[in-house]
Amino acid sequence: MMRRKEALAGYIFASPWLLGIVLFTLYPVGAAIYYSFCDFSVLKPAMPIGTENYRDLMADKVFWQTVSNTAIYAALALPTSMLVSLGMAMLLNAKVRFQPLFRTIFFIPSLVPQVSLAMLWLWIFNGEHGILNALLAHIGIHGPNWLGDTNWTKPSLAVIGMWGAGNAMVIYLASLQDVPSSLIEAADLDGANAWQKTRNVTLPMISPIILFNLITGMIGALQQFGMPYIMFPDGTPARSGYFYSVYLFDNAFKFNKMGYACAMAWLMFLGILALTGLSLWFSKKRVYYGGT
Amino acid sequence: MILTGLAIGGCLVGLELVPLKNVKPGPVHITYWEKWSGFEFAGIKQIVDDYNASHTDIQVDLLEVSEIENKTMFAISAGVSPDVAGLYSPNVPHYADERAIMPLDDFCRQAGISENDYIHAYWQLMTYNGTIYALPTTPASTALHYNRQMFKDAGFDPDKPPQTIEEMDAMGDKMTVEKDGHIEAIGFTPSEPGWFNYAWGYYFGGRLWDGATKITATDPGNVRAYEWIESFGKKYGGDALSSFKSGLGQFDSPQNGFMAGKVAMEIQGVWMHNFLHTFSPKLDANAAAFPHPADRPDLANMTYVDADVLVIPRGAKHPKEAFDFISYVQRQAVMEKLCLLHAKNSPLTHISDHFWKVHTNPWIHLFDTLARGKNAMIPARVGIWPEYQQELSASFDSALLMKDTPIHILDDVQARMQAKLDEYQARLRERKAIGL
Repeated sequence: MMRRKEALAGYIFASPWLLGIVLFTLYPVGAAIYYSFCDFSVLKPAMPIGTENYRDLMADKVFWQTVSNTAIYAALALPTSMLVSLGMAMLLNAKVRFQPLFRTIFFIPSLVPQVSLAMLWLWIFNGEHGILNALLAHIGIHGPNWLGDTNWTKPSLAVIGMWGAGNAMVIYLASLQDVPSSLIEAADLDGANAWQKTRNVTLPMISPIILFNLITGMIGALQQFGMPYIMFPDGTPARSGYFYSVYLFDNAFKFNKMGYACAMAWLMFLGILALTGLSLWFSKKRVYYGGT
Repeated sequence: MILTGLAIGGCLVGLELVPLKNVKPGPVHITYWEKWSGFEFAGIKQIVDDYNASHTDIQVDLLEVSEIENKTMFAISAGVSPDVAGLYSPNVPHYADERAIMPLDDFCRQAGISENDYIHAYWQLMTYNGTIYALPTTPASTALHYNRQMFKDAGFDPDKPPQTIEEMDAMGDKMTVEKDGHIEAIGFTPSEPGWFNYAWGYYFGGRLWDGATKITATDPGNVRAYEWIESFGKKYGGDALSSFKSGLGQFDSPQNGFMAGKVAMEIQGVWMHNFLHTFSPKLDANAAAFPHPADRPDLANMTYVDADVLVIPRGAKHPKEAFDFISYVQRQAVMEKLCLLHAKNSPLTHISDHFWKVHTNPWIHLFDTLARGKNAMIPARVGIWPEYQQELSASFDSALLMKDTPIHILDDVQARMQAKLDEYQARLRERKAIGL
């Protein structure tokens, strides 16, 4: 009787969250599956059309262009931001004076809201008056028109991606502090140099965290929305800055093709699921879990 | 606690017992969402205040709403639509196809509002498939704006703007200042201000669709327009043009390319004078009809026109009262007051002498004449316009940056948009057939 009462109390206390997840997550996700097989503009009742949205997507040149843009961006942004955040974490893990201050300074940029960040980088990357090109000019390099040249739109965004490396850096930092000092000392006794200690002790010990940052970073890169939406309106120039999430948003809210947008959302979900599964499979023999 | 509950309950019961017959019904409140901000919002606020002051039975609650075309759509679907929404005219076809806005024919008939009251081009924007769905607030037409000082500096007569596109291009070349492949000032580029990149075909006699079922992106006029756009990429370099544009400031700032004296000629609307007056009052500028191709004098006085509109969304709680307000705005005196506050031309056929006399825009006669002309062009009245417009803007970039030949670029637009239109129309028919 007591146990039942306790269980009931538990459900009552958890009910706001349960209600929230059912209404605001499970229902929309379920509805999106149904609407992806419908002609649905939000204003009229949904009309089932079978797999037409999916077939149309396969034949949609712009869809494939956004897939390609997003993939190129992720391929550029993910390794660079991972290397930068890991590198920063290793440097900030060193026992130096003002260590807490440095950690704060390097973390602060990741707190800047996306819109402010986009406005800031619009000026930094400005082809005519941007500070980046002004600095490059000092060392004799004629900088490109970062945001107006179709070849530079995605690398520019990848550079901006490093600005937010602070979040991953904090996670790396926490894991680096958990690397047992006994292992480092043992390596020291074996005569290992700094690189050998990093390669053979530190990196294997933090490999689960690297995998975690790889997967969350990949998801973040593939779902990139805010920056391209603000910095490249309508994907300009010539759709080189048109990203998958932005096209999805445009279909849902500009072109009122909610069914088409739902199909895009599901393809994105399945794509990310497959890549995550692939990463986990690939990491099986490469990630060391202490408890196993 | 129990006593408090009883006391509250007693009060509620007491409230129920108040005899209703002695309570005078208050005015009907209608909600009006408008997209404008700044001085334009202040202008419509004055009109709303006038209306509220002169009406005891209806009161308008005005609300400034950004991204109104999206928010209205979702408000309608959620059953909480405003009574009046100030949309953009290109929204009308899609909203009408979705039965998201009410037809106004009966209301207009009762109020004595008809096509004859409006300049033809603007009236076209109010209707779709022969039904009236909207009535205008303030309209616009476009013309060539030019910097007289830059004309003088280049040795041109500032009172003689170019008559043909060829002449404009030649003058533009002479006014362009280039240094080491870097553009410092430009005579003319179709990419500035970049708001009408989808409309250049009109200026070469092109059409975007046939008004029924066919997209006409590859119309010879459009191909010619894209060859012209490409010629700027060839002449100045696509990257150089793009870099030059990135160095120009925001439109509503003194760093605006035209206001800063970096762009000698550009296409702009009737609103431009307001901004010149605010941000660059000393600029010696003038406006004239946009030039036409030398071999197409029939395209003289071409102008792209548009208007902001008022609609009654589906599900509006007080449609009758909403139309009362909309029809109030259509009165000549009220409309002229609003257009004067916005410093724009009027969409109405009849205009008072007072309007001309007190108007602050020195080029107002030009914009009015252009809007009344036979070459006043409106956005394509097609449900897929938002998508088509984006497609055309992307293809403009491709032409300017010379990513492909103009005909290939337009072939792509044609194929993609025709498929979209076919599907859109097929689904409308299918829905009609099954009563959805």
